[in-house]
Amino acid sequence: MALTNVTLSGWTLDNPIIPASGTFGYGYEFAELYDINCLGTFSFKGTTKDPRFGNETPRIAETPAGMLNAVGLQNPGVDNVIREELPKLKQCFSKKVIANVSGFSLDEYCYTCEKLDRQEQVGLLEVNISCPNVHGGGMSFGTSPESAAEVTREVKKVTTKPVYIKLSPNVTDIVQIAKACQDAGADGISLINTLLGMKIDLRKRKPLLANTTGGLSGSAIFPVAVRMVWQVYQAVDIPIIGMGGVSSAEDVLEIMMAGATAVQIGAANLTDPYICRDIVTKLPGLLDQYGIHDIKEIIGGAHR
Amino acid sequence: MQQKQFLVKENKKIAKNTYQIILLGDCSAIKKSGQFVNIKIEGLFLRRPISVCDAEENRLTLIYKTVGKGTSLLAEAQPGDKFDLLTGLGNGYDTAKSGASPLLVGGGAGVPPLYNLCKRLIAEGKKPTVILGFNAKDEIFYEPEFSALGASVIVTTVDGSYGKKGFVTDAFAETDYTYIYTCGPEPMLKSVYQKAKTSGQFSFEERMGCGFGACMGCSCKTLAGNKRICKEGPVLEKEEILWH
Repeated sequence: MALTNVTLSGWTLDNPIIPASGTFGYGYEFAELYDINCLGTFSFKGTTKDPRFGNETPRIAETPAGMLNAVGLQNPGVDNVIREELPKLKQCFSKKVIANVSGFSLDEYCYTCEKLDRQEQVGLLEVNISCPNVHGGGMSFGTSPESAAEVTREVKKVTTKPVYIKLSPNVTDIVQIAKACQDAGADGISLINTLLGMKIDLRKRKPLLANTTGGLSGSAIFPVAVRMVWQVYQAVDIPIIGMGGVSSAEDVLEIMMAGATAVQIGAANLTDPYICRDIVTKLPGLLDQYGIHDIKEIIGGAHR
Repeated sequence: MQQKQFLVKENKKIAKNTYQIILLGDCSAIKKSGQFVNIKIEGLFLRRPISVCDAEENRLTLIYKTVGKGTSLLAEAQPGDKFDLLTGLGNGYDTAKSGASPLLVGGGAGVPPLYNLCKRLIAEGKKPTVILGFNAKDEIFYEPEFSALGASVIVTTVDGSYGKKGFVTDAFAETDYTYIYTCGPEPMLKSVYQKAKTSGQFSFEERMGCGFGACMGCSCKTLAGNKRICKEGPVLEKEEILWH
């Protein structure tokens, strides 16, 4: 049977399938549905220094082949995550997890990353400098090469585990930002976060989302994700975790051929809660079908 | 929660813009009145959450209003069509708190979940009174069904075209009750909250992403902390509601 394991900065995953941050909570909701140990790992809900309620509702809207969300980083804060969520997760997940971190200042990013870096359950840190739904933080760090590099450098100073920077597609040139992160010491790149979008309620003649704008996800954005992974792969030497509208085992192979070492699945978890398990199950057969003996051979395969 | 396939047995219009669909499939995950299901509709990305009107072992009844693309597509479903449902979502009503003569107050599309609740309360030997509020006569549904369960039923219409003229709360004076269960549009819930003489349980609505607690799309603040309408709700205790 085809080999499915991949390695992210020295951490070997049984397979490249990773539920994306914000669509999988802290894991245990899904552990009620299936044994989540079948996953490569997962990226937990974006965590900040302080607890956050997030934006007002409505936070969700339907779009063609996708959805908008403007949750705004609702989370219990890093101290509660360490005290309550991680021990609960340990009961149902024996693998290490990706700690997704967001912040509103360099100090906050460092504070949260440093604390999570010390947790034995954390395999790597995914620093989100691309949340489009918060103001005065989040994405504003990810829209210039200089600020992206600064966050990377500061977080690297206080951490020991691999640091992956999660990039925004809402920029003029994502390649420049990815390069700046690599030069500042990033161990890997995650991309893409959601695309900034908007929907208007015809009856109310007002934006449907309370936050006015939201992040577009779902299969509608998959081709954008493939293109950006392709471009960034050409420009950096560090591993890429590819994501953005991935919703089938075929999509996993496609984005890996564009250059991803591992793949996150986001919005699809919300409409089909078993999708990650089903993709993990389907993957070996699909690899056989395409004559792939080891999934690692296809990483960036479309460039060769 | 379960993910199950259901077969359409019947889908018919029962009032203005209001449809009743009967689906055959495994309802075993639906444990309480006031829970909901999340239906996958071909051509749409997000599922559509709809409250359970009634659930027997293998037969699920939903009543929905055509308010947008999803419900309009659902209205076109034909007998024999198949749907993928997530069932047994949300917390549902707690009948243990009802006392001997609970009051059930439903407004428009908020009426359906009260049907199974009424059935359950009567099975428990309680004597519910039901107030069903609609805008006008052509929107009314399920009055005979509630009566057939053995509940005393009062219908109100805003325009006075049927039953008592006014809002559901205008019928409160005629009733004596031990507890309130309600579901309906938020302005109605707020008015019920203000007029209620007893404690009660209120079922809320919100735009949802997943419907099972993963996305935090439908969070609300309560006096008992942040809750997800889809998971710790849709039913909130009167004492924990924080109006905004």
